[in-house]
Amino acid sequence: MENTALAPHLILAGLLFALGLAGVLVRRNLLVVYMCLELMLAAATLALVAFSRFNRTMDGAVLVFFVITVAAAEVAVGLALIVALYRRRGTVSSERLDVLRP
Amino acid sequence: MPDGLFIFFAALTLGAASLLVLSRNAVTSAMGMILALVGVAADFFLLDAYFLGVLQVLVYAGAVMVLFLFIIMLLDTEDPARAYPWKKAAGGLAVFFLLAAGVLWLFHWSGAVPGTAAGATPPELTDNPAEFATAAKAFGRLLYTKYLLPLEIAGLLLLTALVGVVSLSKEAPAGQA
Repeated sequence: MENTALAPHLILAGLLFALGLAGVLVRRNLLVVYMCLELMLAAATLALVAFSRFNRTMDGAVLVFFVITVAAAEVAVGLALIVALYRRRGTVSSERLDVLRP
Repeated sequence: MPDGLFIFFAALTLGAASLLVLSRNAVTSAMGMILALVGVAADFFLLDAYFLGVLQVLVYAGAVMVLFLFIIMLLDTEDPARAYPWKKAAGGLAVFFLLAAGVLWLFHWSGAVPGTAAGATPPELTDNPAEFATAAKAFGRLLYTKYLLPLEIAGLLLLTALVGVVSLSKEAPAGQA
C-alpha cells in the first residue's frame, strides 16, 4: 500500500478545528454553537485517521470508531438538554441565558 | 503535492464549514454542517479508511444531523432584537487567524511533520500487531480482541444516553414548572 502525504490532511484538520473554535466563540444560537463543537470533534477524528494511515497501524482508526459512537450519544443527550432549557426559559440564545437561578 | 481530488474536497469542507459559522439562519448552518461532514468523510476515503467514511456519512451526516434539523425546526431559534456584538466577532476572527497561522507554521513551514511529500516513509514500528487495512473485517477483529472492554463500555454508554434522554424529555410533573 503506497503511503500518502500526511501534512495536507493535518492542515485541513487544523483549519477545520480553528473554524469550529471561532464559531463557538462568535455564535449566540446554542444549537449552532453545538454544531461547531461537533465540527471540532470531526476535525480531531480527521487528524487521528491521517496519523493512523501514515503510521500504518489500525489503532487510531478504531479510536475514531469509538469517537463516532460517543459523539452520537453525546449529541442525543445535549439536544435533550437544550430542549429542556428551551422549555424552561423560552430561548436558546446564549446571551439571554445569563442568570444562574432557575 | 496533494492531488486534485484532495484539494477539491478540502475546499468543499472548508467552504461548508464557513457557511456553518457565518450563516444567520440556523437551517442553513445545519446544511453547511452536513456538507462539511460529507467532505470529511470524503477525506477519510482518500486516506483509505473506507469503513470510517461510510460510518461518518451514516451516523453523522445521517442520524445526528437529522436530529439537529428536527430540534432546529422544533424550537423557535430566531434571535432578533439585539444588535450583533461586532467586538465579539472581531475576537473570533482573530482567534481563527491566530490558530490558522499556527497550524500552517507547525504542519507546513516548521518541517516538524514528516512526509510533506507523498511517499515519505513512516517511522518503523517495532511492535505493530494491527497493520492498517481497508476491510471492515480488520475493525471487527480488533474490536473483539484488543478493544473488547471499550466496546462493552461504549454499548453501556449508549444505553445510559438512551435512558437519560428519555428521562430528560419527559414532561415535568405539575407544580415543578
